[in-house]
Amino acid sequence: MQIKLELNGKKVTAEIEADMLLLDFVRTQGCYSVKRGCETANCGLCTVFLDDKPVLSCSTLAARADGRKVTTLEGLQEEAAEFGAFIADQGAEQCGFCNPGFIMNALALFRENPYPDEEEIKEYLAGNLCRCSGYEGQLRGILAFLEYKKSKEQKGE
Amino acid sequence: MKVVNQPIRKKDAMALVTGKPVYTDDLAPKDCLIVKLLRSPHAHAWIEEIQTDRAWKVPGIEAIYTYQDVPQKRFTMAGQTYPEPSPYDRLILDQRVRYVGDPVVIVAGETEKAVDRALKMIKVKYKVLEPILDFHDAKDSDILVHPEDNWKSLCPVGADNKRNLCASEKDSYGDIDRVFEECDVVVEGTYHTKANNQAMMETFRTYTYMDTYGRLNVVSSTQIVFHLRRILGHALDIPKSKIRVMKPRIGGGFGAKQTSVAEVYPAFVTWKTGKPAKIIYTREESQVQGSPRHEMEVTCKIGAMKDGKIRGISVYTLSNTGAFGEHGPTTVGLSGHKAISLYGDLEAYRFDYDVVYTNVEAAGAYRGYGATQGIFAVESTVNELADKLQIDPIRLRQMNMVKEGEKMPSYYGETANSCALDRCVARVKDMIGWEEKFPCRVVGDHKVRSVGISLAMQGSSISNVDVGSANLKLNDDGFYVLGIGAADMGTGCDTILAQMAAEVLECDIDRIVTVGADTDISPYDSGSYASSTTYLTGKATEEAATELRRRIVEAGAKTLGVEADQVEFDGDFVRCLEDGREISLVDLATASMCNNNTAFQVTATKSSPVSPPPYMVGAVEIELDKETGHVEILDYAAVVDCGTVVNPNLARVQTEGGIVQGIGMTLSEDITYSKKGKLWENSFMQYKIPTRLDMGKIRVEFESSYEPTGPFGAKSIGEVVINTPLGALTHAIYNATGIRFHELPITPEKIAMGILEHES
Amino acid sequence: MLTFNQYRKVTSLEEAYELNQKKANKIIGGMLWMKMGARNIGTAIDLSGLGLDKIEEKEDEFSIGCMTSLRDLELHPGLDAYTGGAMRESLRHIVGVQFRNVATVGGSIFGRFGFSDVLTMFLALDSYVELYKGGIVSMDQFAAMERDNDILVRVIVKKTPLSVAYLSHRNTKTDFPVIACAVAQTEQGVKAVIGARPYKACIVWDNDDILKEGISLESAKAFGEYVADHVKTGSNMRGSKEYRSHLIKVLVRRGCQVLGGEQNAN
Repeated sequence: MQIKLELNGKKVTAEIEADMLLLDFVRTQGCYSVKRGCETANCGLCTVFLDDKPVLSCSTLAARADGRKVTTLEGLQEEAAEFGAFIADQGAEQCGFCNPGFIMNALALFRENPYPDEEEIKEYLAGNLCRCSGYEGQLRGILAFLEYKKSKEQKGE
Repeated sequence: MKVVNQPIRKKDAMALVTGKPVYTDDLAPKDCLIVKLLRSPHAHAWIEEIQTDRAWKVPGIEAIYTYQDVPQKRFTMAGQTYPEPSPYDRLILDQRVRYVGDPVVIVAGETEKAVDRALKMIKVKYKVLEPILDFHDAKDSDILVHPEDNWKSLCPVGADNKRNLCASEKDSYGDIDRVFEECDVVVEGTYHTKANNQAMMETFRTYTYMDTYGRLNVVSSTQIVFHLRRILGHALDIPKSKIRVMKPRIGGGFGAKQTSVAEVYPAFVTWKTGKPAKIIYTREESQVQGSPRHEMEVTCKIGAMKDGKIRGISVYTLSNTGAFGEHGPTTVGLSGHKAISLYGDLEAYRFDYDVVYTNVEAAGAYRGYGATQGIFAVESTVNELADKLQIDPIRLRQMNMVKEGEKMPSYYGETANSCALDRCVARVKDMIGWEEKFPCRVVGDHKVRSVGISLAMQGSSISNVDVGSANLKLNDDGFYVLGIGAADMGTGCDTILAQMAAEVLECDIDRIVTVGADTDISPYDSGSYASSTTYLTGKATEEAATELRRRIVEAGAKTLGVEADQVEFDGDFVRCLEDGREISLVDLATASMCNNNTAFQVTATKSSPVSPPPYMVGAVEIELDKETGHVEILDYAAVVDCGTVVNPNLARVQTEGGIVQGIGMTLSEDITYSKKGKLWENSFMQYKIPTRLDMGKIRVEFESSYEPTGPFGAKSIGEVVINTPLGALTHAIYNATGIRFHELPITPEKIAMGILEHES
Repeated sequence: MLTFNQYRKVTSLEEAYELNQKKANKIIGGMLWMKMGARNIGTAIDLSGLGLDKIEEKEDEFSIGCMTSLRDLELHPGLDAYTGGAMRESLRHIVGVQFRNVATVGGSIFGRFGFSDVLTMFLALDSYVELYKGGIVSMDQFAAMERDNDILVRVIVKKTPLSVAYLSHRNTKTDFPVIACAVAQTEQGVKAVIGARPYKACIVWDNDDILKEGISLESAKAFGEYVADHVKTGSNMRGSKEYRSHLIKVLVRRGCQVLGGEQNAN
């Protein structure tokens, strides 16, 4: 079947199998940031935005993206670099395999709730597993980023 | 120090946070054959017949292999130095299947769907045999896991396949029985830990292809490129010269990828068909056919005098290596040597063990490598001893723990040349507020807050075995390339090794490019395991950089027409001390590329006669709900002595990550089997690693000693960090409930039902 | 892996209904649970084009389309206010935000899963399902019905005056519940709903008027024991039936205490 969608700002038309998952589809389109870490919708590595909401692409049909907007980290490079630098400054990116899903969902959090507190951060990102960092460095990075964002906004930049 | 001991960003960090395609499956050729495995549904069976004719008819199927198609020389998948202590007990496929999940058929085809269809069409007739599922029943059982005559053990580790023994040994010092008799108090306990999974986010995966020269190229998510080359040579029964192994970025390892879990299958397919192939394990496969921690039952006995003096410790470990022996003979050793040795000045110790084969998933290497299990037993026993003696557990430790300069008979006779354990304990005691909080406080109708503590140690490389190497090369523009055979698996060794080189060469870290690991290009390195990279490959890097620096100085002096001792090098210029004339590194490097007979390239290789232990102390405060059994971690205070901290950020994150893995092992990560040997926790839905809501608050500090044999005084950090939560949490739970738990994980149910039982 | 050859994004409920009469065809909902089994289905029927992904708040009821995501349910201010935060509490532990953005109310309720927090929560409310052919059926009736080929179109929550508390015990914070528990004070008296026992959630009314004189520690405790006595529990990987029965006592008592005004009872 054919689908038409907007992938990272570009119009894409593709012929797909009916049961193809969005995760596999975006990877065939060169969006290799999107990873699979489990088969049970538990790890959050495959997080993408579907019409700007973070979803598990491992559990979403590519067919369902027809006529909609899909965003992966490939389409958010500037934001990813700006926020990711704060994770990098903690050394908390570690192996990096969970990073795209984690960063996508963190960006979703900041859009929904620009200045979350620690509890809100933890709850929003609870579906993003990480086995390397122990999460503490990711939290430090997020808090440092929020401070930076706040001071940037105060300066009116 | 300008570069070492600085919190420098990891070289690959920005690529990782922006999601660049740098991992195995991102890089695999798009025309790879998809390789999958048909697996045994039985824990123990003999294959009588395999029908593949219908599967062959599926369009797109390229290859189907059974036990009849593979070489018949046994090998081990363990990534260890040759001759490996792990027995040669594997074939790529075997007629006997030994656990639920054991591969039976390899299928390769053009698409995943075709391969899945073909797998469904294969019919296997098994003669089902009785399995050994309980590791207590294994030794000298009538059922043999490896009855075959071509099974072989290359090292004297006490292995005997006709007794289901993968290894067995007795070790002692002094007269332990007499010491126990003379002690005022002797405490004994048996502690059981499960076959926990590393659960790295990137599952096992590999792709393979033939190159221009007819050689098998293997790109794999592995910690051990050189060992892997040898393993594949053995498995495929082909010359090692025909194999090249490379690793791209790795999505976590923690020891899992110190075993060649998945590589042999696509390698065999490519070697046979000449076509590129790849295998991507599912999470389920990674759980059921991975290389988890050895299940162990550790019995620890400690004898002490009334005044608190510990005189002797004995440990007996029964270790379950599962269906195959990878890392069986070696992990067990750490359960004694790296646990007993926390206590100095012992009059006697005894350490005996048996490692047995059973019909469950084969174990492997997981961060901590046996020390984790042993330290849990020893530290829990020490906590019980403190209780018996009515001595504060911290004071008891301060009286008995190993001190700098002490000889450690139970640690291969080595001396603790660098040990800040005393400072670590003192600091942790303050951080957690031990004086006010020990043992517990009631904070509500049903809630108790309590504290617990554990010490830990590990090693730094395997003494007299591991080899670390670095190759350092000067290039035009005055930048350097650092070639390593160690594998950065996210831990940051590409960066910390570059920091060491930059320190010696007095340059910015961006002037060092790190390249690894590739068996054709990298200098030989045992690989990234056994806490060896910082210590050993680091030392090699320091030496290579020192020698390269010497050559730069010499060449500069020669150009300036003076002796080498008449110049200085500041990283950019070689300058004559007397008259200030100088030549730049850039000019030297450029000149070296024209009419030159001196190599601006140095390879250094190191082994170490010692394995200096890093030390750590962890103390935890929990809030325990006595009704539901829920344990909330309020505060985890940890202080580490890893010698000089090469990169404070990366060392801190290592520590935090290790602690959370230890928390998972203690509270939620269970491994259970059906009556027929099927592993239940085969997904992240069932195998519950901690989320960020489960780990509480962790605070890490460093108290550094200076290790004279390490690079810039550094020891290892990678493994020691997983070892404290087991003992500390178990202690805190005891202090909250009065119940001593001997088996992990300590689930809320065990706590709540234990309290009910305790009260009635 | 879930496989199928046909995907149909239907344009009417009638089309969906007709397709759904064939046994091999399935309505995929959020597809989370369906995807986890290894099975092959005929046509995957997608209801996402029918505008059924919204929550309408009316004067006397909430009307919740079957394709409403659990996340939207969790964030709905009206439901939050009406349930005093219990709706959000029943949902926020389910795996993660991305999961709840995909999972649908219809899928959660139609599946009538034993582990369901969602079913447990709705059973505590005065709620109904609207079936395409079967009309409006009360939630407890629906929970007891056999699975059939009808279509769950909406979930309706009547704004009957009540106060409700939701509690669960989980081995880790985002795991399935070992016991899910909702306690509601209604005009007909107090009821407890127990889910993840591990069987399908069930309702126990305070038929003995244990709480009639008001909620005290003693009466809350007594009701907890009463509920535990009247709920069959079983064992699975997450807990034994003994532990579950014990948790029912604890959570029902705490739920009552929350209703009685003790903020920190849990």
